[in-house]
Amino acid sequence: MKYQAKNMFLGVAFFSVLLAGCASTDTDSSGQEGADTVSTYTESADANASAYDTQDMMNLETVFHFEFDQATLTAKARKALDAQIVRLKKTTGPVRLEGHADERGTREYNIALGERRANAVADYMAINGIPRYRIETVSYGEERPVAFGQSEATYSQNRRVELK
Amino acid sequence: MFKQIVTVLALVLASNFAIADLTIEINKGKDDPVPIAIVPFGWQPGVAVAEDVASIIEMDLHRSGQFAPLSRGDMLGRPRNASEVYYRDWKSLGVDYVVVGSLTQDGPSALTAHYELLDVNTQRVILTGTESVSVDRPRYLAHTVSDKIYEKLTNIRGAFRTQLLYVSAVREGGNRTRFRLLKSDIDGANESVLFDSREPIMAPTWAPDGKTIAYVSFETSRPAIYTQNLLTGVRKQLTSFRGLNSSPVFSPDGTQMAMVLSKDGSPDIYVMDLASGSLQQVTNHFAIDTEPAWMPDGKSLIFTSDRGGKPQIYKVQLGSGAVDRMTFIGDYNARARVLPDGLGLVLVHRNRGNFHIAVQDLKRNRVEILTTTNLDESPSVAPNASMLLYATQYDGKGVLAAVSIDGGVKYRLPSRFGDVREPAWSPFLQ
Repeated sequence: MKYQAKNMFLGVAFFSVLLAGCASTDTDSSGQEGADTVSTYTESADANASAYDTQDMMNLETVFHFEFDQATLTAKARKALDAQIVRLKKTTGPVRLEGHADERGTREYNIALGERRANAVADYMAINGIPRYRIETVSYGEERPVAFGQSEATYSQNRRVELK
Repeated sequence: MFKQIVTVLALVLASNFAIADLTIEINKGKDDPVPIAIVPFGWQPGVAVAEDVASIIEMDLHRSGQFAPLSRGDMLGRPRNASEVYYRDWKSLGVDYVVVGSLTQDGPSALTAHYELLDVNTQRVILTGTESVSVDRPRYLAHTVSDKIYEKLTNIRGAFRTQLLYVSAVREGGNRTRFRLLKSDIDGANESVLFDSREPIMAPTWAPDGKTIAYVSFETSRPAIYTQNLLTGVRKQLTSFRGLNSSPVFSPDGTQMAMVLSKDGSPDIYVMDLASGSLQQVTNHFAIDTEPAWMPDGKSLIFTSDRGGKPQIYKVQLGSGAVDRMTFIGDYNARARVLPDGLGLVLVHRNRGNFHIAVQDLKRNRVEILTTTNLDESPSVAPNASMLLYATQYDGKGVLAAVSIDGGVKYRLPSRFGDVREPAWSPFLQ
């Protein structure tokens, strides 16, 4: 089973590298959020790379959000991550990714889900050139919410990976 | 003598403060609870007792949902022993049973209760008992009497002398939260802080002897499993693998611990031999495998897995590694615990988008939903299987609640401060 999973991962990795390669050759467009196609997400990062050079990490998005019960990166999250990857490639320090879940469902299942999300971000970073040894993932599950109350608005803020 | 009174007063204040934190509210009782009168206990002149022992017994029996104690204001007399009881009076009040008793202090350190349980209909004493405790434990004395009465009238072993572990989270301004691991008597009294941290504390659990506990703490900025001796306070870090270190549960004989580790990629179930520290990997799947619980014979584990797409409960044989799915009703079944007789599971079950506590009968695989609130989780069964504790939300706060296994009795134990969750009901402690 492990072997199978590994192969699957390699497949995904290869595919993503291909996509990233294609995307980087595209010319700029606005890259609106919610864009469903992969070709729109990396380009703005590349186009604006020089602008990010001098920017502090705080000016870039450090929180990446997820859909309910999902650990797949959204187009918006990929776009924000691409900007971070550009910045991180110019540094050498450790990268800590903290995975979180909303409060629905059991705590232990949610901590596993938070780890899946943190790993999804870590894998994406690794594929795009950040050495895996620099990346540490920790899941807090539903233990560290940033928004409180029982609404989809608060839940969606809590389903996240934070870059520290 | 003066010193003793001061000690007693301090105890009164301390225990009152603790009780204020967890208040019992009965939401729903049994349809036909047994009417019983617990008459205030007499005491010998000069003895100051820190607690109203009869009142604690009354609360215990009331909380079980199986008894309806008579209000003191309705009592026609205050007999202290069977010879002072006028059965006709109690019969006219519709009471089936009467408990009378008295307290004496024997020497400087022992507090003794002599009590009798009377059947009003047959006009007979059906139980006579004497219990002694150290003078600073009047609540324990009361719970002991409650256990004896409960056992006599229901034929079920009483669990009033058990305790619970739980976690509280108090937001302290900014992004700071204070996490505490707490222990209290099962009625919420005698609360004490076992561990206090600015980082999350999760999954407290009891060793079967009730002397050691285990939990997950993020104090090192990563999750790790710790054990803590309740007598000595000594803590020991058991694991700190890369990734998840979660869901510790002691085996029924206390020699092993099942846990969840993701050191090799995805979360899998492992069993650690506690004497040697050696690990055995029990499941190996790219899905999420988590929330292990032991079957009573210690030969197999149940766990939650989303290997079928959605979280469901599976059982794995430790010898062969064979895995069987156990839950089929609903698209979310998780965090199961096994009833002490091994004949049923209590679990978190999603129904129409809401998370409830349900019980599944393992003979007929029938699922009965026990709770009506939402976001119910972390069920923990009493060692006598009469009730279970769980965590839910009330008024926007995390609270603990209890429900009987037949769903007939419910009560809440709300906390005054912060959110409380992850209750763990102790084994029998005596």
